[in-house]
Amino acid sequence: MALKIVKGSIDRMFDKNLQDLVRGIRNHKEDEAKYISTCIDEIKQELKQDNIAVKANAVCKLTYLQMLGYDVSWAAFNIVEVMSSSKFTYKRIGYLAASQCFHESTDVIMLTTNQIRKDLSSPNQYDTGVALTGLSCFVTPDLARDLANDIMTLVSHGDCVKRKRCSVLIMYKVFLKYPESLRPAFPRLKEKLEDPDPGVQSAAVNVICELARRNPKNYLSLAPLFFKLMTSSTNNWVLIKIIKLFGALTPLEPRLGKKLIEPLTNLIHSTSAMSLLYECVNTVIAVLISLSSGMPNHSASIQVMKYLGLLAMSKILKTHPKSVQSHKDLILQCLDDKDESIRLRALDLLYGMVSKKNLMEIVKKLMLHVDKAEGTTYRDELLTKIIDICSQSNYQYITNFEWSVSQPVTPHPPGISVSWWTIRVFAVAQMATLLDNAHLLTGSMQRNGICEVLYAAAWICGEFSEHLENPLQTLEAMLRPKVATLPGHIQAVYVQNAAKLFATVLKSQEGNTDSTTAQETSQLMIDRLPLFVQSANLEVQERASCILQLVKYIQKLQQKDVEVAEEVIALFAGELNPVAPKAQKKVPVPEGLDLDAWINEPPSESESEDEQPKAIFAKEEPKHSRPRHTEVDEKELARRREARKQEQANNPFYIKASPSSQKVYQDAPGVEHIPVVQIDLSVPLKVPGLPMSDQYVKLEEERRQKERAEKKKKEKKKRKEKRSGRGKKHDSGPESEEDITPAHMVDIVTEEMPENALPSDDDDKDPNDPHKALDIDLDKPLADSEKLPVRSHRAAEAPKSPAEDGDAESAATQEPKKKSGKEKREKKKDKDRDRKVSLKCSVSLQIQFSTSRIFNELSPSSFWVFNEKKSSKHKKKKQKKEKEEKEKKKKKKKHHHHHHHSDGGGEESVQNGTVEEEEPLPVSVYDIQGNLQDGSQVVVSVIFENKCDSFLKSMEFNVLDSLNSKLQRPEGSGPHDGLTVPFQLPPGVSNEARFVFTVQSIVMPQKLKGTLTFIVKDSSTHEKLDFKLHFTCTSYLITTPCYSDAFAKLLESGDLKGSSVRLEGVNMPFHHLLARICFHHHFSVVERIDSCASMYSRSIQGHHVCLLVKTSGQTVSIDAKCDEPTLLGNVLDEIKQTFSQC
Amino acid sequence: MIKAILIFNNHGKPRLSKFYEHYTEDTEQQIIRETFHLVSKRDENVCNFLEGGMLIGGSDYKLIYRHYATLYFVFCVDSSESELGILDLIQVFVETLDKCFENVCELDLIFHVDKVHNILAEMVMGGMVLETNMNEIITQVDAQNKMEKSEVTSVLA
Repeated sequence: MALKIVKGSIDRMFDKNLQDLVRGIRNHKEDEAKYISTCIDEIKQELKQDNIAVKANAVCKLTYLQMLGYDVSWAAFNIVEVMSSSKFTYKRIGYLAASQCFHESTDVIMLTTNQIRKDLSSPNQYDTGVALTGLSCFVTPDLARDLANDIMTLVSHGDCVKRKRCSVLIMYKVFLKYPESLRPAFPRLKEKLEDPDPGVQSAAVNVICELARRNPKNYLSLAPLFFKLMTSSTNNWVLIKIIKLFGALTPLEPRLGKKLIEPLTNLIHSTSAMSLLYECVNTVIAVLISLSSGMPNHSASIQVMKYLGLLAMSKILKTHPKSVQSHKDLILQCLDDKDESIRLRALDLLYGMVSKKNLMEIVKKLMLHVDKAEGTTYRDELLTKIIDICSQSNYQYITNFEWSVSQPVTPHPPGISVSWWTIRVFAVAQMATLLDNAHLLTGSMQRNGICEVLYAAAWICGEFSEHLENPLQTLEAMLRPKVATLPGHIQAVYVQNAAKLFATVLKSQEGNTDSTTAQETSQLMIDRLPLFVQSANLEVQERASCILQLVKYIQKLQQKDVEVAEEVIALFAGELNPVAPKAQKKVPVPEGLDLDAWINEPPSESESEDEQPKAIFAKEEPKHSRPRHTEVDEKELARRREARKQEQANNPFYIKASPSSQKVYQDAPGVEHIPVVQIDLSVPLKVPGLPMSDQYVKLEEERRQKERAEKKKKEKKKRKEKRSGRGKKHDSGPESEEDITPAHMVDIVTEEMPENALPSDDDDKDPNDPHKALDIDLDKPLADSEKLPVRSHRAAEAPKSPAEDGDAESAATQEPKKKSGKEKREKKKDKDRDRKVSLKCSVSLQIQFSTSRIFNELSPSSFWVFNEKKSSKHKKKKQKKEKEEKEKKKKKKKHHHHHHHSDGGGEESVQNGTVEEEEPLPVSVYDIQGNLQDGSQVVVSVIFENKCDSFLKSMEFNVLDSLNSKLQRPEGSGPHDGLTVPFQLPPGVSNEARFVFTVQSIVMPQKLKGTLTFIVKDSSTHEKLDFKLHFTCTSYLITTPCYSDAFAKLLESGDLKGSSVRLEGVNMPFHHLLARICFHHHFSVVERIDSCASMYSRSIQGHHVCLLVKTSGQTVSIDAKCDEPTLLGNVLDEIKQTFSQC
Repeated sequence: MIKAILIFNNHGKPRLSKFYEHYTEDTEQQIIRETFHLVSKRDENVCNFLEGGMLIGGSDYKLIYRHYATLYFVFCVDSSESELGILDLIQVFVETLDKCFENVCELDLIFHVDKVHNILAEMVMGGMVLETNMNEIITQVDAQNKMEKSEVTSVLA
């Protein structure tokens, strides 16, 4: 042995340690990858050795390689090994490696639960420290759930400051992963805010600040506490955190603001820490108070302050926009700064301060910057911002739409022109000019994004063609051969809108006696359209050929002097309303509509094969029998319908669909969605014939001046008339926001929403935000159910979904079941009436099955313990064999009877256990009930009935946990502590208590030993009663009805394993036999044919149990199938036992 | 919350990476590379803050960095952290390293990255600041080193 150790240490000396590895890598600069791969091979060898020191060294090297980007997850198990070393040195290495490379999907993480638990309660505070540090990095929901209680114990009982503060900090991580723990743990956390140790205090502040940042309103009640801390604490870090927290709280509670001024001012004056000062100022701003004087001067990097200043300003902006607007020039200057961070901040700020007055100016400046900007990201950002600025709040700041529409960069004319009908006329004229000059844009600019404008322009001209002055000219422009060089989607729009224009032209010519213009137009269409028919773009081709035929037909009609204009125009009739981007989402799904369901059964392959020949041989009559569209109108209607359909499909009817909707930018973080980014800036953004934006600025200015002059005149008049004393104020002041009247009275059309759409804005929230789960009301008192899970083993992957299925299913079937149960029970009642002992048991609503009821008899006569569910509705008498007890009644020897009780004639299981006691002995009866919500929880209700003449008090209930089943104890108590029964028992009184057990595996029956201690008042002596709880497998089964087809499917699935049992000498009618199995073992009969029946049941963890029971003479054979063979075996044993006893 | 702490040298070689949220090794390397790219092209006299953008977590996150001789110390934090507070924290971190390694230089970090991790663990735990007082940190680190030493000698003895 000693030799081995020596050998191990010698080996170790020759191993590479971390330093050697690093050195080696540095020496192999050329073939680093190769060198590292040999090192990894060495490490793999080292990991295979038994010596933990060698392993730790290897893991240490792996941690380094992980940093270099090598995947080391293959060594996860070895890391766990090193973690569980008893030596701190190795443990630390292990935890470090784990914290670097473990994550939620690392499977070995579940192996660490017990190791971490051990380390948390280790006497060495540093063990706890490294465990917590590691855990904070790789905590998973499972770990959080399993360890929450241990961490809470550390928080409250931790003897050492370091442990305490670590455990307080880690609570935040636990909350994130396991939100249910927040409420039970919160009181402790709150206590820690007042901990005498500043370190613990600061940890608690840290955690609460993180929590409150996401859901501040839940933490308002803590404000006084924080206020006290703020005035007393000297730790700058804590102060910063608290002040930041107040910044988040004040908007919710305005009264806080006033209170905060004084301490904040004090801090600002007294502190020397720049960071604290900044945060104070920041919060002061958030608190809506401007503290302009008394700021001490600090010398700091101008750039840092510039950035933070801009950041602060953006906060002021939200509440006091006017005070920031006066610094507009300064901010515009910041755009010239060489630091990109500062430039972006300034941009943000500009975005917020745009108003009706300064919009044009700001955008003009920004456009200049676009020209200058170097680096694509920044330029993209600029352009996005420009568009955002223009479109913000539904274009509310744009007073002069002519200006907006004339901005070639503005890509949202469709949006605008749909929304504001007043400006359509103008927009249409603009766009027509644009189209006329399209040849300038195309050609050299073909490749860049500007031609997207044509897309919009063509659409506007078509849709609002009635506003065109000279539709014919525009039509001609749209059908120029050059158009064919445009991208396909634009061509398609061109073609479609040419048809619209054509309709308008026809309409306008209708009245004319001279029909040449109309005919010329038709001819023009017929001449030009073939160009598009040949297009390679499918859509263009399709539309063009469709329209071409239409026009040809119209031409024919024209030649016959038929008036067609009305009908043609009807093709494109219909007003467009803007549709809100969220509209689609908000259309409520009609009740009963399941979009995922098949409307018709999908045809199977064989069917379609069968049908094919049929179709071939079937007469084609149906087609012929359809009335031929001989009438002109009908034929045209059909074609119109088609054209209309197409048009609808391609119209930018939904604002959302247009690539330029403002929402798109706001929602999509990426810049690639912005259609304007490819603008080639070497090309001047000017189109001849269009007034330049500058001109508009000038025009606008003039217009405003005029208005102002007029207003002044009016005001003077008013003043003269009124002669009130306070007149002069308005005279010379700068024009206020309200004074600017928009160039057009534009009524903003509200965007269309589907009826009964909810006006909520919730859908903006990210449902994946982990903090959403932590939005929990912390002031509500704790409910019973909200307890931290007591330490327990991980439940074997409880198959949740089947259990939940069962829930729903059983909810549906509950009513009838209850009834039948009641009936049955009432029958029993009669039967049992003559028995001596009555036992109450119940079926509750939430809990589906009450399982084996066991009489646990400790004393024959005096003290009964019954079980009952609180919400009990049905009572049932149960028999009990008292006689036996009486026989056994002897002092100093008490027998423990296990009555494995079932129905009226229920059998007893073997009793066990003796109690050394002279006191009157109680009988305990209990009921084990599986908790459907949680496949690993079982509720045991116990009724204690005092049958003796003395008063009993201080009862404590305790059970010796097994590996599999554990009594859930309140947080903070040890694994061997008893639970106090929360009542006292006067003579002859009974009361009920419930205890929750966590059961890991339900496949095996279990017996748990327990003791009940109590004090008999008269003698004031401590008494003790032992008992046993018998968890049978049957008790985990839930009576679940099953239909025969589902049953057949289940058997066919092949997932189930079979087993069978034979019962000899059963002489009872078959239906009695079935009833017995149903009652005792929670099965339900699926189907019964003569002397054969199939039965079904399901466990709380979702195992299916299927039985096929056959009888012939006195022999009963049961063939059973279950997905869990062990469970099945035990259930069958229990069934066998049931029948062996009757 | 601190989301990540990175140390790399003027050439972008990682000297320490600590992510408080899980990324794959490849993503981690990419983040380090991109962060280096962003940080290294900035002048010495510009501000110490940088918006990470899409790099880590989006707009709520900032890169706060300091440049010491050959090394960049970068903290990626969200808006719950005070910008200047983190700058101070970086200073504390570096001073602590200086104390523990006695005139720290890049080589110390290269060869003793595990020790750097241990020191960092005393300052930041799971993305939250545990301790900002340098003396307290050093006391804790020393105590643990002492323990480690006693264990090692007992093995050799």
